This record gives sequence, C-alpha cells and structure tokens, in this order.
Amino acid sequence: MSTTATTRIVGATVPRKEGVDKLVGRAVYVDDVAREGMWHGATVRSTIPRGIIRSIAFDPRIDWSAFTVVTAADVPGKNRIQLVVADQPCLAEGQVNHCDEPILLLAHPDKHKLLDAVGAVKIEYDLLPAVLSIEESEKQNPIILGEDNIIKSFLLEKGDADAAWAAAAHIVEGEYRTGAQEHLYIENNGMIAEWSVENGITVWGSLQCPYYVHKTLRSVFDLPDEKVRVIQTETGGAFGGKEDYPSTLASHAGLLAMKSGHVVKMVYDRMEDLAATTKRHPSRVRHRTALDKEGRLLAMEIDLATDGGAYSTLSATVLSRATLHSCGPYVCPNIRVHARAWATNTVPYGAFRGFGAPQAIFAIERHMDEIAASLGIDPIELRRSNFLHDGDRNATDQLMREPVILDQLLDRALAESGYYVRRERYAHENATSAVKRGMGIAAFYHGSGFTGSGELYLNSLAGVDVPADHKARVLVSNTEFGQGTNTILTQIAAEALGVEFSDVIMAPADTAHIPNSGPTVASRTSMVVGRLIERASLQLLAMLRQDAGLGERASRDAFFAACDRYRAAHGKVESLCRYEAPPGIHWDDKTYHGEAYGAYAWAIYAAQVAVDTVTYSAEVEEFWTVQEVGRVLHPVLAKGQIEGGVAQGIGYALYEKVVWQNGHMANNQMTNYIMPTAEDVPPIHVIFEEIPFRYGGYGAKGIGELPHDGPAPAILNAIRDATGVAFNAIPLLPEDLFERLGARQPVEEPALP
Amino acid sequence: MSAQWPAIRMTVNGESRTVQAPAMKRLLDVLREDLHLTGAKEGCGEGECGSCSVRMNGELVNSCLVPVLQAAGATIQTVEGLARNGVLHPLQEAFLQCGGAQCGICTPGMLMAAAQLIERNPHPSMAQIREGLAGNLCRCTGFMRIFASVIAATTQQPESAGEGASDAR
Repeated sequence: MSTTATTRIVGATVPRKEGVDKLVGRAVYVDDVAREGMWHGATVRSTIPRGIIRSIAFDPRIDWSAFTVVTAADVPGKNRIQLVVADQPCLAEGQVNHCDEPILLLAHPDKHKLLDAVGAVKIEYDLLPAVLSIEESEKQNPIILGEDNIIKSFLLEKGDADAAWAAAAHIVEGEYRTGAQEHLYIENNGMIAEWSVENGITVWGSLQCPYYVHKTLRSVFDLPDEKVRVIQTETGGAFGGKEDYPSTLASHAGLLAMKSGHVVKMVYDRMEDLAATTKRHPSRVRHRTALDKEGRLLAMEIDLATDGGAYSTLSATVLSRATLHSCGPYVCPNIRVHARAWATNTVPYGAFRGFGAPQAIFAIERHMDEIAASLGIDPIELRRSNFLHDGDRNATDQLMREPVILDQLLDRALAESGYYVRRERYAHENATSAVKRGMGIAAFYHGSGFTGSGELYLNSLAGVDVPADHKARVLVSNTEFGQGTNTILTQIAAEALGVEFSDVIMAPADTAHIPNSGPTVASRTSMVVGRLIERASLQLLAMLRQDAGLGERASRDAFFAACDRYRAAHGKVESLCRYEAPPGIHWDDKTYHGEAYGAYAWAIYAAQVAVDTVTYSAEVEEFWTVQEVGRVLHPVLAKGQIEGGVAQGIGYALYEKVVWQNGHMANNQMTNYIMPTAEDVPPIHVIFEEIPFRYGGYGAKGIGELPHDGPAPAILNAIRDATGVAFNAIPLLPEDLFERLGARQPVEEPALP
Repeated sequence: MSAQWPAIRMTVNGESRTVQAPAMKRLLDVLREDLHLTGAKEGCGEGECGSCSVRMNGELVNSCLVPVLQAAGATIQTVEGLARNGVLHPLQEAFLQCGGAQCGICTPGMLMAAAQLIERNPHPSMAQIREGLAGNLCRCTGFMRIFASVIAATTQQPESAGEGASDAR
C-alpha cells in the first residue's frame, strides 16, 4: 500500500489545475459559448400545482412562424427523465403535477424575443386538489402518486426495539424539522445542444455527471450510445444541483435543436433556476429514545419523513442515506427506523451536498442535547459514553473495522474551542447581558461513496493514458465544479507514475473520450475514483516495465521514452481499471443490514453563537471543525471544502428559507433568498486528524459532503445553551426566535460594564 | 437597425473600443457579446451577487445594472485586464496559492472587488476586507480562502492565511 509511504505530490499544495484559466477570465462556462447561427430556447411552465391541461393557445400578436415550438408530442423516444423510476415527464402530457413544470419549449434566434413569447402562450387548466406538505400527503387524500403517495419507504431494524422500553430509566421524545434549501450555485443551469441525422445529439453544459445525461438522452431521443455525446463545460458550482437536473435541460435543448435545425442554447436566469430546479428535501424526524440510568442508549425508535416533491427523481436514494445516518455515531443495541419519502405537488427535490444526511443528523444531534437536558447530564459526556469505537457495530450491524477516533476528535474540538471555559464564562455573562452567548457541538459520521452495493452496481471504469504529446491524461467521467477533482486526480496520477504534477492533465470531460467512472457525487471521487487512478497508474508502470524496458525508479524522461516505445509497439499507451470492493463488504438491501458504506469520515463540530434578545438575531461568532477524512490529498483544497460546506450549513441553519406560495417558490431571487455573505461567515477553524484509509486513493476517504452535516445541529445546540430554549426546526430566523423568546423575556437594555 | 444605435466609445482594459448598441443594453452584455470579454458573469441580473463586477472610472460597479450609454467615455477594467503581459496580478497569484477560487464563477467579480479594495486601502483590516467583499457572493469557499488570498496579496506572504487559517497536520 502506498498510503503510508512518503509522497512528493499527494499531500502538497500544488496550484489548482484549472486555476489560472479561472483567474484570468479564460475558463469557458456554458453561457460564454456562442456558436454561429445559434438560437436560444425558453420554457413555458405550469402556473398551478396540480391540474389537467384543458387548452393551450398562442396569442396572435406574436409571429409564431419565426419560433420553433416543441411539445411532448415531439419527443422521439420515451417522454421520461428517469433516475430511479420512470415517472417524470420530460414535458408535461395532459396533466401537471407541480408549479413550474415544463409544458412546452420555444426557440428563436433572438433571446430577447423569448420572454414575451413565453408570456403569450396561454394555458388553461382544470384544477385538481394539490398536496403541499408531508402532513397533507400522509392523509392520502388525494392520492397524487402511486397507490399511497409514498415514493419510497425503508425499515431498518436491529435487536428488539419493542422490548427495551420497559427496562428504560428514561424515555425522551422529540420532533425535528428541516426546510428546503437552494443550492444557489452562482452559475445557473445551462445547456447547448446540436443535432444532426449523421451524428445524433451533442450537448455542452454545466453538469456533474456526463453519463447520467447520456443515459437520459439515449432514452428521450431513442438513439444508440454512439449517437449521443455529452461534454461538460466549466461548471460554476453544483453541490448536487447539477446531478439530476441537467438531464432535463439537456433533453429540452436537444428537442429544440432537433426540431429547429439550429444549435440551441438554454441558460436559465436566476428566477427560473430557483423556481424550477431541485432543492434539498424538507424533513420531519421524530425520535423516541430509551436510556438506562447512566445515560446509555438502550433503544431508538425513529420515524423519518421527507418531502420528495411531485416525482421520484432521487428521493429513494436520498431517503436511504438519511435512514443510514439517522442513528448517529453511537452504539445502540435496539433500533427501529421507519423512513418514508412522501410525494407532494412541489418541484421535485433532489441531490444536495449531504444527500439526506444533514436532515437526519440535525435531528439526532439536536435530540442528543435534549436527552442530556432531560437527564441533567453534560451533552458532551452523554455523547462520549455512547460513541462508536472500532470493534463496535453500528445501526446496520456494520463492524467498525477501521480505527474510530471520536474521543480524540472530541478532545481536540473541546480544547481548540475552549468549550468549557467559554460555556462557563457565557453562563456568567448572559445573566446580565441582552446578548446571550452559548456553545454547541455536533458529533457525526458520513459514509463515503455509494450506499451498500451501489459501488459494485456502478462498476466504474477509469484510467490513464499517454498520448504522443507527452502529457499523461486522467480518463474519468468525474467532473470539476470547484471541489478540486482535476487537481487531486492529476496529483494521484503524477505521484503514482513518478512524473511531475505538470506532466499530467485531465482528458476532456466528453463522453466520446472518457470511460464511465460513475457520477461525481456521494463523496466518492477522492476515495473510489482516486483509488482507481492510483491502481491504473501503477498498472501502467508495470506494463511499461514488462514490455517497454522501463527500469525501477526511472526518471520522468525515461518514463516518457518508455511510453514512446510502448506506443510504437502497441498503438497506444492506456491503462484502465475497474472498481473492486474492499474485502468484507456485504450488503442486504432487503433487511438493510451489512456494510452500508466502504468507509466513514468522522467529525466533531463546535459553534459559538450569540443571540441578541433585542433584535432577535442569532449570529455564529466562531466555528471549529475537527475531522478525520483519511489522508488529506491537498491541504488547501481540503480546507476549502470544509469551510465552504460550513458556510452552506450556517445558511441552512439561520438564513436560507424557501417561501412557498401555493407550491411555487415565492422568493426566487437573490434579493430575498438570503445566503451568508463575507460579512456573515465567522472565522472557521479547520483541523484534520489523518488516518490513511487503505482502500482509498492514496489513503483518502470522502470529504465533500461531511461539512454540511454538522453546522446546523451545532448552531442550534449553541442557541439552546445560550437561551435555554430548544429550537427544533431550521431555518431558524429572527421571527422564529422572537416568537419563542419575545414572550418569555422582557426586552432589556444591555447592562453597562 | 443597428444604424440607429449610438456609437459608444469606451476605454476597456487600456484599449479604445467603440460599440454600436442600444443605449439601454446592459454593460455586462456589451462586454460579453459585443467585445467578447466573457470574464464578467451573470449570476442574478439584479445586482445582488456581484459576479458581473467590473471597474468603471475607478468605481466598482455591477455591470448588469449599468446601461451602456452610461459607460460612454468611461474607462472600464475587467478581469481580463488584471494580468499584464502574461504576468498574473498579485491578487490572482494569491488566489492561486491560497485557494481563493474554487468553481471560479464568482472569481472575476471577486477579483475586481478585491482589486478595488486594496487600491483604495493597501493594508485592509479583516473587517475592511469583509466589508469590501460583501457585495460579492461566493457559494463554494465560505470566503475564508478568499480573505486569506487578499491578505497574502497585500502582505506578499502567501502562508499568512489570517483569519480562518487552521492547522492541518
């Protein structure tokens, strides 16, 4: 294993691979592309949450002959965007099931003509009753999806969750809620499509998963593999928001290109992107927990519900990750988790960094503090006495084979944050201050890679090649959207091949040239794909040693000379590897037992929060993160992942509220959907404890999603510490604080020192 | 049609440029479509995100809110004008070293805001950096690496990562 060896490039702060292009304004994002004779596309959307389309009329004041109009009838293949279940139409047929559902597409050479034209398509509906919340969906009247409004359910059981209650010294119950959250990538969704009989369809766009888009286009256009080509343009943020939605937009642009005979660009403006694309699933989690008199967990009964929106999309897999993270990093012998994703008549919810885990972790980590308060014990010690350690089994009975260092992470977080000193100081100061300060923590783990058998099912193929121009190339379908894919994968290849960082580039993210190494999701790139690149690189060296006379410890010149000899003899220099599961991975989808994830990243986060009881604002003043993510491949990029995730988590907890109006997002602008700015984000401390993971790329585990899991519960726990009031729902805005604190506490002037 | 549009002369990144465009066309679109300077980006179209930030007559503006007629005779600097003769501006170099750019979409606007800030105030405090960049949203970095980049550019010490700096080990 190379994980413990000294490395030259892995672990070093090399410059971001595409960094200079981004800094000089040369990086090409989809909206920067202009093609000769290019047309523009727009979407006519539903204005109601549920109903039958009675008529579609085109206002005669518009010269429609200059437009291309596409409806569901123009779809040559299957009118479905299929991720898990084929229930979502590419364009509505007969009925709409959510506001902003695409019904009809328009294209015109002048993009400024489109806005008027969209408004000139008049659609009349026969309204049907709509379901707009989990609670309404649970009533199962009306049924809007399948037989029972349930998109997916899971039952996870361990031990005997019924028998434990009688012996319990304490039983604590709680209900926790999280709201929708927008990805708010600064680059909106966008796609350009070109169609011809000879070449089929080609799309260029802002996306995470080229082969997801490829699969959808094959089906929507009924084309063979070789007539569909997907090319990623530089992508301005994604966070899961460009995991599934680009399949829809690529299909739409493609349909307009096919019918119009022109290259068609579709780039959403902010209002359309916010209203029409996916968001994080809202959730409601109910906990009932049995403990012995020392505060050890005896049983957990968890009822977990998510709002999935109008179509299945990725709700089943998001629910799965929520289920698997719902019990926290604790030992508990008796568990029952009943999880359901409910259909509602809202825009389908989709992937968002953390993928169900932030919702589940908010609930369990908030609940742990309520248990501690109820038992009158320190929330730190409650957690410590229930932590998983190596050799323990978690909720799915997965044996913790790798080191688990939660105690060490906790000690470090307490020390770095001065947790006890500050708590004591604030307890004293709060008595005479209108600003109440408090400290809160969250303990959590995040499974890296696809769940259970998912990685085997993906069967990823990745590798390296060396064309004649003497640059080694990384061949993957995993994309760069800010998180550092280009940099870490080329670091790994350069390290393993024994060449310089500058000798390795990424092959273009173009399905005509790259193998399917799976989607760029689920914190899998460093660990799973990185490992494939490490293996493929070592395999390439072995090939060159065997067939091209490459010596051990060869120089980079000797390496490229050997590549030339190998290429002369074999035509090309290429090495591909397929995913192999680490030993001992068994997963049973029926019982939800076994190795849920190949590895876990572990963390303790701590927040210091100030609640102003005059203005009712809550502000995070300082934030500490201590985590074990395996080997850190690039210290600066890794810090950037953590800090960015924490900032999004702070937004999730205290700022970002999607306001719904009859199923439509009413605040679909940056003016009124508020994310933290440079003035709002507190100092964020990032500490890594490194334990290389044998089966990850140079020892890496997943990192991307982890930092979104911890901030919300740590912050709300700190608010509880500051105010003594349990707030169990996010986003927690000043009006929510006022509602609970305003009645309790008379406004007082801050005491003078 | 275009004959009716006014000819508007501007100095863009040191070069004199003339465009014929509708008076109310957004400066952002003129830069991107007429002058093919696609560095400035549209993130929101309403002056909230700052990714279209450019400098106009020494002021930082959201180019999505500026009708091009208002830029007649103006001196404009975009991100493409920051590097000189292939040498990165100290801010660009610092962003590269300190991880100030992730997805890169806010970066051109962020760099212009940072350039404006340090030109006015060569040694800004952390509070001044926060204020100076408050009109530019970044969804990737949580701003910490951007602050570190600005500090590095003003002190020429890339590793003085400042606030938010931590201790990976």
